Amino acid sequence: MTRDSTLRSGLRSPRLLWIPAAAGLALIVLPVAGLLFRVDFARLPELLTSQASLDALELSLVTAGLSTLLCVLLGVPLAVVLARVRRGGRVLRAVVVLPLVMPPVVGGLALLYLLGRNGFAGYLLDVVAGVRVPFTTAAVVLAQTFVAMPFLVISLDGAIRAGGDEYERVAATLGAGPWVVFTRVTLPLLLPPLASGVVLSFARALGEFGATITFAGSLQAVTRTLPLEVYAQAEADVESAVALSLLLIVVAIAVIVAAGPRMTARVTEGARP
Amino acid sequence: MTLRAVVRAARGQFRLSVELSAERGHVVAVLGHNGAGKSTLLDCLAGLLRSDETSVRLDGRELGSLPPHRRRVGLLRQRPLLFPHLTVRDNVAFGPRAAGASRRQARAIAGRWLAAVGAEEYADRRPDQLSGGQAQRVALARALATEPELLLLDEPLAALDADAAPAMRALLRTVLRSASKRVTVLVTHDPLDALALADTALVLADGRVVERGPTQRVLSAPRTPYAARLAGLNLVAGEAVEGGLRTPDGDLLSGLHAEGLEPHTPAVAVFAPSAVSVYPRGKSVPGSPRNTAEAVVAAVEPHGPVIRVRTRASGGWAGGLTADLTPAAVADLALDPGKPVTVVVKATAVDVHPASSLSAARSA
Amino acid sequence: MRLTRVVAAAAIALLLAGCATAEATRTVTVFAAASLTETFEQLAEKFEARREGVDVRLSFGGSSRLAEQLAEGAPADVFAAADDKAMAKAVQAGVIDGEPQRFARNRMTIAVAPGNPKKIDGLTGLRGDVVLVTCAPEVPCGRAAQALAANANVRLQPASEEPDVKSVLGKVAAGEADAGLVYVTDVRAAAGKVDAVPITGADAVANAYPIATTREAAEPDLARQFVEFVLSDEGQRVLRDAGFDAP
Repeated sequence: MTRDSTLRSGLRSPRLLWIPAAAGLALIVLPVAGLLFRVDFARLPELLTSQASLDALELSLVTAGLSTLLCVLLGVPLAVVLARVRRGGRVLRAVVVLPLVMPPVVGGLALLYLLGRNGFAGYLLDVVAGVRVPFTTAAVVLAQTFVAMPFLVISLDGAIRAGGDEYERVAATLGAGPWVVFTRVTLPLLLPPLASGVVLSFARALGEFGATITFAGSLQAVTRTLPLEVYAQAEADVESAVALSLLLIVVAIAVIVAAGPRMTARVTEGARP
Repeated sequence: MTLRAVVRAARGQFRLSVELSAERGHVVAVLGHNGAGKSTLLDCLAGLLRSDETSVRLDGRELGSLPPHRRRVGLLRQRPLLFPHLTVRDNVAFGPRAAGASRRQARAIAGRWLAAVGAEEYADRRPDQLSGGQAQRVALARALATEPELLLLDEPLAALDADAAPAMRALLRTVLRSASKRVTVLVTHDPLDALALADTALVLADGRVVERGPTQRVLSAPRTPYAARLAGLNLVAGEAVEGGLRTPDGDLLSGLHAEGLEPHTPAVAVFAPSAVSVYPRGKSVPGSPRNTAEAVVAAVEPHGPVIRVRTRASGGWAGGLTADLTPAAVADLALDPGKPVTVVVKATAVDVHPASSLSAARSA
Repeated sequence: MRLTRVVAAAAIALLLAGCATAEATRTVTVFAAASLTETFEQLAEKFEARREGVDVRLSFGGSSRLAEQLAEGAPADVFAAADDKAMAKAVQAGVIDGEPQRFARNRMTIAVAPGNPKKIDGLTGLRGDVVLVTCAPEVPCGRAAQALAANANVRLQPASEEPDVKSVLGKVAAGEADAGLVYVTDVRAAAGKVDAVPITGADAVANAYPIATTREAAEPDLARQFVEFVLSDEGQRVLRDAGFDAP
């Protein structure tokens, strides 16, 4: 018998919780396992290196990367302003999370009615600049940004409000103007939650389907991202769809792992250090 | 450098109305209980809170309309609030950098101030590697590094443990004394801090100044119940009479008149809790003390090394008093709330001072 | 034990209720290609009208996807596909009972905005600044579109390859696309939201629609009756009215 003098928590969660907890975990793990069982590993390299698959993978990585960048450029200012507004914060917050609760297809339709040829912004763009958004890679990026940005804004907004503005107030008394306070205090303090927000938005953008197919359509190498390719292949060649699904899962896990365990842990914490 | 501030602000039911002035090199202590408006006053001076009726003049320069970062004020809070993403040195260099100094200049300034507060050895550490006392020293250096014309200290010692507080108090004393032209406003609820650091003190209650004057005078000879309670002293209001003070009920409290006290003018009798003796009711009191009265125990609670006994409020002077007893005495007398007692105060321990007009109305 | 008695009583009540509903209505489930949506809804209504207590449950989707769902054990009594390839998939999976029968044919056409503002006159007119949308080549309407283009020696350059024919129609109806390759029946079902431009040679690549009952049918009799109804004169009339050709 070995005895361990290391201190450990004496608290334990009730045993009764273990059953639904295990069921919950199984609900996530088992379908993925089911997918794994269906993978035709002999054909896997061939299926994944087809031109259509490679195009879809490249397009997915590029568009998800661009939309994440867009999420940061727009979402960080939005979250900072949102967390500090004096009035109407609740209403604004409800508006910002709308894409979260809205079915993505509805989001795609909404984008279409704004930026489509018959939408007012789309009509103006077409007439004034000769730019048409639907069916372009830009439309994919827009659709992904639309659905992914709330994740970033919410993780930042929560962190800012939990952290309060004491550091910012101190910085102001030290002679720092609002911009210096933002760049040298607010932003650095927000890096951990920002990183988790980035991971979440990227993952969401990578998996985007409904808004993309509605607003951007589906064309190889232009708008057909991995999820759309999976959907298209499910019609024709299920083996290929399964292989691509596996690829999608691997990419998603890679993103989470690359982001680091600390960052993943912060995804839910979102508090300032 | 002269500070002349008029702060008038409202937040819901609470109204703050304070006039404050101080000469260069001086330290003003703002005393008051929680909720008296001390921190709000400080935030108004710093510009973190604003109201249209607030005017802050430093040597004739009006700060009231300026945002915080243009006011040249330094603020030290109860918590150090060092920026967690910067080293100690960069924390202190933050102000000079914001003021436009180059990286090298700012770091040099930071080094000087870290040395001044005896924290240069921590320069390369992260804030989370410092103890509370060390962090507060660094925070002080950071506030001073901007060379503020107005230094605002908001309970700077309140969050420090008993070991760290005296050293920090001594440091503040050195730093504040050496200031040539700075005006310092120190918010505290601890009379010791005020006595150690401040030249003048004002007592804030419900958003208004109820007493002001030289710190020592305000705390040793309080004219209002607020100040007395802050100073931890007993205060009985009444009228100056030969040999002591006549309470509104007609009781005589014997004591020593302060110089210049005119008979038949409003006065307050002040005595320390340690000067109060407590006996069980009905038992004979040794000697023949002149100040004897009956009271009922309201509360018994530890207060440092002694036990503080509070009597129930009543019409007589012995109501609402505090008395400091040894734990052994409390046990001997079996003092519990509700117990009838006789309290005795030696006449030589009672000082009778002229009352300010405010103290005439005795309020809770 | 009182609890077990309550549970038992509840179970019996549930069983009885189950039997009661089973007696009151019988349900036949039909999986049908998306292009059959309007016609099969009509057919189901007529079918139900003839039979007391019979309920036809319809599930529409891409034919290949439906075949896939059947192969995975989705409960259906009848499967109607938009082309032989999709039906072959189901047959291969061993879920089809007997030989599928063809019940209709559908031609491709070009859906354009009402009034044909872009003056598109056929497959050769689908070039340059015309925004074209087609089905993806993985689904029957996409296969038909590719066959048409190959026959006419035209290279199609779609802005998007949609997952099913209704999406193609939707993009044209919404005005996002100038032209879409859809079935004749889709244009007719859209009732004025789009116009059709005929394609020469469309007959040659017209899709044949097969229908069959499934091996695991819960209501094999009803399923057979439904198939017979689709093939009957009355059923065929409904299909003809919707724009389908005779098989």
